[in-house]
Amino acid sequence: METGKQEFTVTVYTENHIGLLNRIAIIFSRRKINVESLNTSPSEVEGIHRFTIVINESEDVVRKLVRQIEKQVEVLKAYYNTTDEIVWQELALYKVPTDEIAEKVKVERLLREFGARAVVIRKDYTVFETTGHREETDKLVQVLEPYGLIEFVRSARVAIIKASKGFHEKLKEFEKMAPGAEIKENEYLGKQGEVFSM
Amino acid sequence: MSEGITISKPAQEAKTKKAGNGAPQQISGSVAVLEAFLAEGVDTIFGYPGGAIMPIYDALYDYQDKLNHILVRHEQGAIHAAQGYARTSGKTGVVFATSGPGATNLVTGLADAMIDSTPVVCITGQVFAHLLGTDAFQETDVINITTPVTKWNYQVTDATEIPEVLARAFYIASSGRPGPVLIDITKNAQLQQFKYEGYKRCNYVRSYRPKPIVRKEYIEEAAKLINQAERPFVIWGQGVILGKAEKEFRQFVEKSGIPAASTILGLSALPSDHPLHVGMLGMHGNYGPNVLTNECDVLIAVGMRFDDRVTGRLDKYARQAKVIHLDIDPAEIDKNVKTTVPVWGDCKETLPLLTELVQQKVYPQWLQRFKDAMKQEEEACILPELNPATEQMSMGEVIKVLNELTDGNAIIVTDVGQHQMVACRYVKFKQSKSNITSGGLGTMGFALPAAIGAKLGDPKRTTIAIIGDGGFQMTIQELGTIMQFGVDVKILILNNSFLGMVRQWQQLFHDKRYSFVNITSPDFVQVAKGYGIAGQSISRREDLKSALQAMLNHKGSYLLEVMVGKENNVFPMVPQGCSVAEIRLK
Repeated sequence: METGKQEFTVTVYTENHIGLLNRIAIIFSRRKINVESLNTSPSEVEGIHRFTIVINESEDVVRKLVRQIEKQVEVLKAYYNTTDEIVWQELALYKVPTDEIAEKVKVERLLREFGARAVVIRKDYTVFETTGHREETDKLVQVLEPYGLIEFVRSARVAIIKASKGFHEKLKEFEKMAPGAEIKENEYLGKQGEVFSM
Repeated sequence: MSEGITISKPAQEAKTKKAGNGAPQQISGSVAVLEAFLAEGVDTIFGYPGGAIMPIYDALYDYQDKLNHILVRHEQGAIHAAQGYARTSGKTGVVFATSGPGATNLVTGLADAMIDSTPVVCITGQVFAHLLGTDAFQETDVINITTPVTKWNYQVTDATEIPEVLARAFYIASSGRPGPVLIDITKNAQLQQFKYEGYKRCNYVRSYRPKPIVRKEYIEEAAKLINQAERPFVIWGQGVILGKAEKEFRQFVEKSGIPAASTILGLSALPSDHPLHVGMLGMHGNYGPNVLTNECDVLIAVGMRFDDRVTGRLDKYARQAKVIHLDIDPAEIDKNVKTTVPVWGDCKETLPLLTELVQQKVYPQWLQRFKDAMKQEEEACILPELNPATEQMSMGEVIKVLNELTDGNAIIVTDVGQHQMVACRYVKFKQSKSNITSGGLGTMGFALPAAIGAKLGDPKRTTIAIIGDGGFQMTIQELGTIMQFGVDVKILILNNSFLGMVRQWQQLFHDKRYSFVNITSPDFVQVAKGYGIAGQSISRREDLKSALQAMLNHKGSYLLEVMVGKENNVFPMVPQGCSVAEIRLK
C-alpha cells in the first residue's frame, strides 16, 4: 500500500464561503490522510478563493480525492500536480538572540548564504525570514540551532502550476453555462390575501 | 424536542401583514420559508416543533390548508418519512426540526439519504445569531455535524437570504445526483421582517455542475465495445430511477438484447418478469448475476456505484471484462472499479444515444447460462425457501403469497436484515419506484417511518412495510404518527425472535457463538392495538393467505405479525472478503 506514494500539490478554486474549509478538510480526514500543508488565499480572480494542499499519496488516491473535492457544490475546480509541475515556495521565520549574531560573524555569513533577511532587529532578538523549498528552510534550522534558535515557524506551501493559464478563462466557461432568465415566478404571489388571512 | 419556552412576542407580527397589490411587502423569514415551499410545489412536510423553530411553526398555522404537516414522533422518523416520500413521488422530501437534539436526531437520516442519493431538504431552527457559539440552550453546531452527510448545507442568520438560499437548496437537492440539503435558520432570521421581492426558482449555481457534459466520443467507443461483445452483461442501479430513465433503459436492454441484473436500489426499474431481467446482484443476490460477472466480456454499469456488497472482493471482480460505466457523478468513475470507457452524464440522455448506436441483437447461449444458473439456485435455495418442508414458516413463503395477492402492484418498504434480503430477492415488481429500502447505510428502523412517507408520496398505491422484529422496535414510536394522521400503511412483521442477519453471521463465521442476538419483543398486536391499529399474529401456515388477505383488505393501517423459522439463513451468500464467483448456495 505504501508503494507509489509521492508528494502532490492539490490546487482548488472555490467560492469564498464559510464552512468550505471544513468541507474540504474532512475529505482527507475521513480517509485518514494527513495534510502536510494547507494554504487558503485569494486567487487571480476576484471573489474566487484558492486552496493549496500538499499531501503524500499515490496518484490513484489523489485522483479520487480531487474528484471528491470537485464534487462539492461550492468548489469550481480542483487540480493535482507533482512537485516538478509547479513552482512553489514556503516562507519561514527564525528568531535568534541578537548578541549571538552580533558576536559571531559566522552567523551573519550563514544567513547571507541562505538569503535570509532581517525582519526585526531588537536588542534581545532578531527575526529573520527566508523563502524557499522545504529542504532549504529546514537546513537553516539545523544551522541556527547551535546559536540558540528561539523560535521557528514555516508557512504552508504556495504554488503556481507551470502549465496553468490561470482561472479567468475557466471561470468564463463556467459562467457561460448560466441559463437564461427563464425563471418561474411564485404562482402564489398574486394570492397573498389568502395566505395572510387572520 | 419540546421544552419550556418563553414565548416571544415578535411571532405575532408575521400574521398582521396584509398583501399589497404586487408591491414588495414586508414578510417574516418564517413566511418566506413557507412561500418557498409553495413555489417549489411542496405539499407535505414531516416535522417536529421545538423552541428554535417556533416562529416557522407559528407561520405554518396560517398555511395549514396549503401545506400538509405530518407530526412525527421523533425527528429520525421525519427524515426517513421524507425519504420514503421522495422515493415514491420523485419529488423532494421536506423536513422541519428544531435546534440541538432535534437537529442531531436527523443525522442518521441525512447519512442514509446521502449514501442512497435521496433528495431531501431539512430546515432546522437555530438559536438567535447573537447566541451562536455561547453554548446556549439547545444550541449545537449542526452545520459542522452534518457537513459530511449533506450534499450542501448553509446557515441563515439574515431573513433576506431565505428566498435565494431555499431556491438553491431545492435545486441542489434534486438536481444531478440528488442528495440531502440542510438549511439551519437562526431564530432571529425566522422572526425578522424584510422586504419580500418574490421567489425565484434556482436553476444555476456557478460552482456547481449537476450534469457532466455528454461526450459523444465515449458513447461511440462504448457502442463499439458492446457491438463486438460476445457475453455482454448490464448491471443497473438506482440511477435509472433517479434519472427517470426507466423507459430509456428498457429500450436499451431490449434493443441490445443484453441480460441485465439490478442492484438492490435499482429493483423495480425494470419489471421483475422481464425476459432479460436476470436477477439481483450482491451479497445475497442471485447466483447467475454474481458468478457470471466474472465471465462476461463487457460489463455495462448504469447508474450504480460498485458498492462492496455488490463487488465482493474487488481484486477478483470482473477482471476479465471491459467495463463501461454510465454515471452522472464523475467521482464514481474509477472509484472502485477501473473503467474502460466512462460515459459521464445523465443516463436519460446517454442511454438513448447509446441505444441508437448499438446493434439489435440476441445472445441466446449467454442468456441460457443465466437461466441454467437460476435453475441451480432454484433447487438449492429458492424452492426450499418458498416451499419449506419445515413446520415453521419461512420468510420467503410469506413473500410468495404476498406476491400472489398484490400481483406486484404494491409499494414494498423494507427495513434492514434478513427480511430485507428475502423481500428484495422474492418480491415481484411491476412498476418503478416500488422498492423502498435503506441500501447503502443499512439503517434499521428505516421502514416504518419511510412507509409513512412512501404512502403519502403515492397515496393511490398499497404500501406494505416489511419489517423484522428488531428493526421495528427501533422506530416503533411512529405508530403514533400512523394513528394520528390515519396513514394507510400495512405493517408486515416477519418475526424470527432473533436479530437474524447478525445471528446468521455468528452461525457461519463465529462458530455459532450467539452473542446478544436473542431479542425479546412485546406483543406487537397489543402494541398496535394501543395505537388503534388493528392486527393479528399468526404462526400456522394454513392461516397465512387469509391473514395476508385480511391485511390487504383492511381499511386503513394494519399490523400482521408472522412468526417464522428462528434459525433460517439467507442464501445464496457471497461471504465477506470473497469474490463474487465464490458465492455459496448453502
